[in-house]
Amino acid sequence: MDKTTVPTPYNEKCSSPEKRPEGGRSGEAGFFLRMLSQKKAVFGLTILLGFILIAVLAPVITPGDPAGFVGRQNQPPSAHFWLGTNGQQQDVMRQIVWGARVSLVIGFTVGALITLIGLVVGMTAGYLHGLADGLLNVFTNVFLIIPALPLLIILASFLSPGTTTVVFVLTITSWAWPARTFRSQMLALCEKDFVAAAVVSGEGILRIIFVEILPNMMSLVVTVFFGNVVFAIGADMGLAFLGFENVTTVSWGTMLFWARNNSALVMGTWWTFVPPGLCVALVAFATTMLIYAVDEVTNPRLRSEKEVTNVLRKYKVSSHLATPVVRKNAD
Amino acid sequence: MKYLLKHIGLYLAAAWASLTINFLLPRAMPGDPVTSMIARMHGKMTPEQIEALRKAFGFSNAPILQQYFDYMTHVLRGDFGLSISAYPEKVSTIISSAFVWTLLLGIVTLILSFVIGTILGVIVGWRRGGRLDSILPGLFNFLGSFPYFFLAMLTLFILGFLLKWFPLSHAYSDYLSPGWNLAFVGSVITHLALPATTVILVSIGGWLIGMRSTMVGVLAEDYITMAEAKGLPEWRVMFQYAMRNAILPNFTQFGMSVGFILGGLILTELVFAYPGLGFYLIRSVMASDYPLMQALFFMITLTVLAANFIVDLLYVRLDPRVRVS
Repeated sequence: MDKTTVPTPYNEKCSSPEKRPEGGRSGEAGFFLRMLSQKKAVFGLTILLGFILIAVLAPVITPGDPAGFVGRQNQPPSAHFWLGTNGQQQDVMRQIVWGARVSLVIGFTVGALITLIGLVVGMTAGYLHGLADGLLNVFTNVFLIIPALPLLIILASFLSPGTTTVVFVLTITSWAWPARTFRSQMLALCEKDFVAAAVVSGEGILRIIFVEILPNMMSLVVTVFFGNVVFAIGADMGLAFLGFENVTTVSWGTMLFWARNNSALVMGTWWTFVPPGLCVALVAFATTMLIYAVDEVTNPRLRSEKEVTNVLRKYKVSSHLATPVVRKNAD
Repeated sequence: MKYLLKHIGLYLAAAWASLTINFLLPRAMPGDPVTSMIARMHGKMTPEQIEALRKAFGFSNAPILQQYFDYMTHVLRGDFGLSISAYPEKVSTIISSAFVWTLLLGIVTLILSFVIGTILGVIVGWRRGGRLDSILPGLFNFLGSFPYFFLAMLTLFILGFLLKWFPLSHAYSDYLSPGWNLAFVGSVITHLALPATTVILVSIGGWLIGMRSTMVGVLAEDYITMAEAKGLPEWRVMFQYAMRNAILPNFTQFGMSVGFILGGLILTELVFAYPGLGFYLIRSVMASDYPLMQALFFMITLTVLAANFIVDLLYVRLDPRVRVS
């Protein structure tokens, strides 16, 4: 599961930090170096950092008020307006660049919040066992099974539209999945000998949780966090599309809201709704790739599988057998 | 049996929780939603409508526990009151017609995406490293990154508006009246095609990738090598030995994702003006039609719970270990 697991035949090459054969890169640095050797990680990081950079540098890239009127409405893309103008006489390019701010901030904030709540609930439940665990578990499962989006819509409809509302409702409806994931990981880790050793040697509960167990869950925390970010950005788009965000703020979601309100489909003004949707898809895709990369680097089983796949490719064994056999002089 | 009982208990708890959310939400908000609604409608409401609204919320001067009890008994009798936006239509009438369309769309998309995704996952996992394996997972991962409703807008724009291959909205042609004849069924299918395709495209990726990874795990098992060594035909090892064992985790996921896909349907239904539960949910929210909105939320939850229960039953059938314990 993690970089500190016991070496198995599969991961002897790069798992244990103290006796690494090549180059002696250790701990965190080794993790990052291995991440950078992954195509998926580089791809995901590049796109994600690119969008973050665009969001941060918005005033430099496209100066001016993103909600300001710039010219005639619904003009197609041109040299002057790269992505044309929308039904509100606003510059679509400028809105995309500035809109990245709201969408990314909401995505990362909600992602972090639900990961945190999930960690607290899940780890508490996993550590406590017994009745408390049972109650927390039922609570989590009930939240998990009630469909999130309808609940989101109902909740949001009672509150005044705005970014805070979106963050609030997303957070309180979406913590259950991470909580469940962390709980099962916690249960598995609590069985491990090093936890038993820590208990016997008289370490305090907090120390056991934060120093012994948490570091061993780090890769899971990272992947769950990024998964939550993907979910939050998508759900925020949906809520904004329905008008639960303040529709005067410029975000990718409100851009789609206005595109629908200005009947962009009927008008054929594809440049008003394709760019924001593509941006969200790109961010989500890049983040998913990052998750796979973290998984592959930290999960010895996946890594060995990758190696098998590479060997198959190398020998051009397009396996029509599940158990690949390399024949030296085939056919 | 114990497995099923435990799950039924969970579903009952979830149904109760969603009802309680319905009951508590309007009461937890500052002020009285009925009064604020009357203010919002600028006196356009008739006294009957106001009365219907109060009754829908169960607002009275009785103590809160009494109100709660009244609310629950009304719901258990299937009495959700009258709709406000479509006054004086009964909420239950609207829901029962909308439910049929969501059920149709939901069943078609869930089953097709599960079957296609799983089979592609089996093939890709079996021929790992092959050409399909280097294309399909990435492609469907990318498609899966799209928000449902955005892909819906995109397909509607390209296939509906530009190419005019498919009808643009509603569940069947406005010129037909429902009935079991060829014209009507055909119309239903062409209207279903676009919304179903978008949801299927977005959700195939999850099944494919889940199936691929469990397949790869199962392929390393000795019984697969044994089956091949015995000289069994390829398809038989692939589907009857490997897939049968690899499908269980995907199947558990199936239950979990019913809620997620139904959530996605809501926005898709809105884009295609497909008259299902989700479409009405959003319309009722926009029109502040609280009785309809609450009933729809409860109904969607019940659908998800029922789907989960069916999955449980199938799971017991599929996994002998559950039956024994």
